[in-house]
Amino acid sequence: MTKRILKFNIYRYDPDVDRKPYLQDIEVEVDATDRKLLDALVKLKAKDDSIAFRRSCREGVCGSDGMNINGTNGLACLADLSTFPDGKTIVLRPLPGLPVIRDLIVDMTQFFKQYHSIKPYLINNDPLPERERLQSPEEREELNGLYECILCACCSTACPTFWWNPDKFVGPAGLLAAYRFIADTRDQATNERLDNLEDPYRLFRCHTIMNCVEVCPKGLNPTKAIGKIKDMMVRRII
Amino acid sequence: MVNRKLVGAHYGLIDWLVQRITGVVMAVFTVVVGFALSEGVGSSYERWYGFMSSTPMRFISFLCIVSLCWHAWIGVRDTWMDYVQPAGIKLTLHVLTLLSVIGCGGWAVQILWRL
Amino acid sequence: MITVRKFDAVIVGAGGAGLRAAIQLSEAGLKTAVLSKVFPTRSHTVAAQGGVAASLGNSEEDHWHWHMYDTVKGSDWLGDQDAIEFMCRKANEVVIELEHYGMPFDRLDNGRIYQRPFGGHMSNFGEKPVRRSCAAADRTGHAMLHAMYQRNIKANTQFFVEWLALDLIRDAEGDVLGVTAMEMETGDLYAFHAKATIFATGGAGRIYYSSTNAFINTGDGAGMAARAGIPLEDMEFWQFHPTGVAGAGVLITEGVRGEGGILRNSQGERFMERYAPNAKDLASRDVVSRAMVTEINEGRGCGPNKDFVLLDITHLPPETIMKRLPGIHEIALQFAGVDALREPIPVVPTCHYQMGGIPTNFKGQVVVPGKRSQNEIVPGFYAAGECACASVHGANRLGTNSLLDLLVFGKSAGESAVDEMKQSPKPHKELPTDAFDRTLERLNRLNTQKDGASVHETQLAMQRSMQKHAGVFRFADLLKQGVQKILEVQKDVERTEIKDKSQVFNTARVEALELDNLIEVAVATMVSAEARKESRGAHVRDDAPDTPERPDGRDDVNWLKHSLWFKDENRLEYKSVNLRPLTVDTIALKKRAY
Repeated sequence: MTKRILKFNIYRYDPDVDRKPYLQDIEVEVDATDRKLLDALVKLKAKDDSIAFRRSCREGVCGSDGMNINGTNGLACLADLSTFPDGKTIVLRPLPGLPVIRDLIVDMTQFFKQYHSIKPYLINNDPLPERERLQSPEEREELNGLYECILCACCSTACPTFWWNPDKFVGPAGLLAAYRFIADTRDQATNERLDNLEDPYRLFRCHTIMNCVEVCPKGLNPTKAIGKIKDMMVRRII
Repeated sequence: MVNRKLVGAHYGLIDWLVQRITGVVMAVFTVVVGFALSEGVGSSYERWYGFMSSTPMRFISFLCIVSLCWHAWIGVRDTWMDYVQPAGIKLTLHVLTLLSVIGCGGWAVQILWRL
Repeated sequence: MITVRKFDAVIVGAGGAGLRAAIQLSEAGLKTAVLSKVFPTRSHTVAAQGGVAASLGNSEEDHWHWHMYDTVKGSDWLGDQDAIEFMCRKANEVVIELEHYGMPFDRLDNGRIYQRPFGGHMSNFGEKPVRRSCAAADRTGHAMLHAMYQRNIKANTQFFVEWLALDLIRDAEGDVLGVTAMEMETGDLYAFHAKATIFATGGAGRIYYSSTNAFINTGDGAGMAARAGIPLEDMEFWQFHPTGVAGAGVLITEGVRGEGGILRNSQGERFMERYAPNAKDLASRDVVSRAMVTEINEGRGCGPNKDFVLLDITHLPPETIMKRLPGIHEIALQFAGVDALREPIPVVPTCHYQMGGIPTNFKGQVVVPGKRSQNEIVPGFYAAGECACASVHGANRLGTNSLLDLLVFGKSAGESAVDEMKQSPKPHKELPTDAFDRTLERLNRLNTQKDGASVHETQLAMQRSMQKHAGVFRFADLLKQGVQKILEVQKDVERTEIKDKSQVFNTARVEALELDNLIEVAVATMVSAEARKESRGAHVRDDAPDTPERPDGRDDVNWLKHSLWFKDENRLEYKSVNLRPLTVDTIALKKRAY
């Protein structure tokens, strides 16, 4: 791939200047060293410094640059430019369902509030041992697919239930984190955690649409974790 | 009253479980009736009457009606919970749903009992 | 308009060091503000992969004293031995604490923390590689950062997320009284008035063109400190990580070689056997990086342009790769387009870590040369992590010692601040009348600049100069030209212009302000490197010949000392290396070989 012109259609809104949001068509030339969408966005920003988006690690581990790319949530730093057909406009929108602060930057307060609401920390009231708490490799393996979440919010903002009830439904990211602690053999608060989720909104708003699974840039499966939480709740009452 | 986000009703599991169990009951009923129809019980009123008034069929068709109502109540209520935000309207819709489900259920039972 | 807010302590940066310090302060019940320009779990600690060093001895016999020896040797004897002893002794404690916080370490069959070998970590004072790196697959930094953020949620720490710290506030006596900061969402200015100010702002790897570092690694702490008259220590020492993905710069952990990965040149030869017969691919990072560049320079590089070498793990069992290195498999696919199970990964040395920084002692207190000693404490000012120079890494850092550094010194900086406030409680000192001048001046200049330089272009010019003039190998003439060049770039930085004048989440303004910090680090690096006329650790120059008195060009007679760069007229001072550990004997100077 040599030089190439990319066409963008970008959601723009700066409350300081604009009365309402609008869509901007803009082009940028990229070369062979620009592999990912984020590289193109950096070039765009060099051209027009008013385009605002978050970015940091550019390797898919920090979770900053979640955005809606051609209708699907994803990370700009992992979206390969070669997957965009030549000449076709790339449509960029902020993550849906959260208030827009500016351009592609959304206000994630609600998302993090839900994450915090599940008490995302290990609870263990035993006296601290001198060395590490023991855990078998198999017990540790239970945490795979759970602890890797990068809190990019691609999943929760792809979830219709989260769109309707972001204040009441914990959302896939939060529920994945909840199960991460339930599944940890070192955690002693399983009952409290299940109690905390036994609610028609917090957990049971999940209708198993599985949008979360489809968009997760880390290939995680929140729906499976939610299923396991429900499974544990059932086993608790029978 | 302060406008607080209210969650933590501590129910939901039973409803979720019931929805699955009632779904299974309805599925079983559908399979039984489907099988009977393929065997030709629908060919005459007498054969249909005889089939439906047998004790096992009375038992599972009653179960199916109860399941249907319960399932419908949870399902429709969930829809209101998803899409309707104002508490007053939501409560009204809940009550109307509940009343119509009970009404329909009673009506269906009356029909079944008339057999 | 600047609104003043009062706290007991303000921590700038919410990466590993900042979060570790915050735990200390919050759990001590002090009113603490943690400022971060990104949400805490987006800090660059998240990208650390291979592990954190601690001589737990879970797989084989190990001892902190061996770890200390390796670290001193790794530092090419430029590390302060008191700080190194402190860090290596504390390692077990801080790693166990992390486990107690809930960090999901990998496990051995007996339930203990899994440990893997890593470059430069040896048993019995340099004998053979030892398993010392405590790992959570190849996502150790991610697991660690999240575990510490979670612990802070439990401790109810007060975060100011997406706030950019702008300048340090010092009074006439030199005491540090807090920072000025901008809330990015609104563009509003605040001053955080505190009795303790802890910098944990990370490194400035973005001064180089090719870097494993995140966009946010712009040396904000170093820049703020330099502008406030604090010197920067040992800035000529930058670690080039041997294995960045060629072209993309994304990091491939040394843990890959720890698990058995091998570096090969275009002839398929395992060339590290020639450069480090004992440790081979697990030699110290500076050694491996130089070997790779030598191979490439001598025409044994791979690819059409012969400009990279190959990291081969195809001989490892696929289960091992998928269990221990799943993230690497993903990165190789994403950024090199290769399936690491079947093909080797193209890699090239890439700027990775800043060994120097704000000078501190092992308690995390910032120290500067004064009338009474070369290490006088700056009251109220602490620093930890990559932005600080304790100095434990000296001229070259060992892999896994950075995560250890941020844990140990994040904690000790927090502890020192707590002790200071609890033992001698004092009210806040009054803010000087000129407390906000520097901040207002900078912002005013930026907002009114006409016909200025582009931020993007200026930054590129800086990065290209650094890459060309202060890379893996350094040349006397190139360094001299480099100083001129970087000073020219600095002039452009002083007249950067942004088109976007919005108050709301103005990322253009943020980038311009970050460049103010980057350039301080770049200048410090170039000036210090030009001046140091020897080869040591990561700083290797062509005019320092290998002689019996100066093995590998290291000149202990004249250059066994720390550089201190002052922004004021680019002045350089030097201070002696502390060769005296806290309790054990000095690890004596010796030629470094792996």
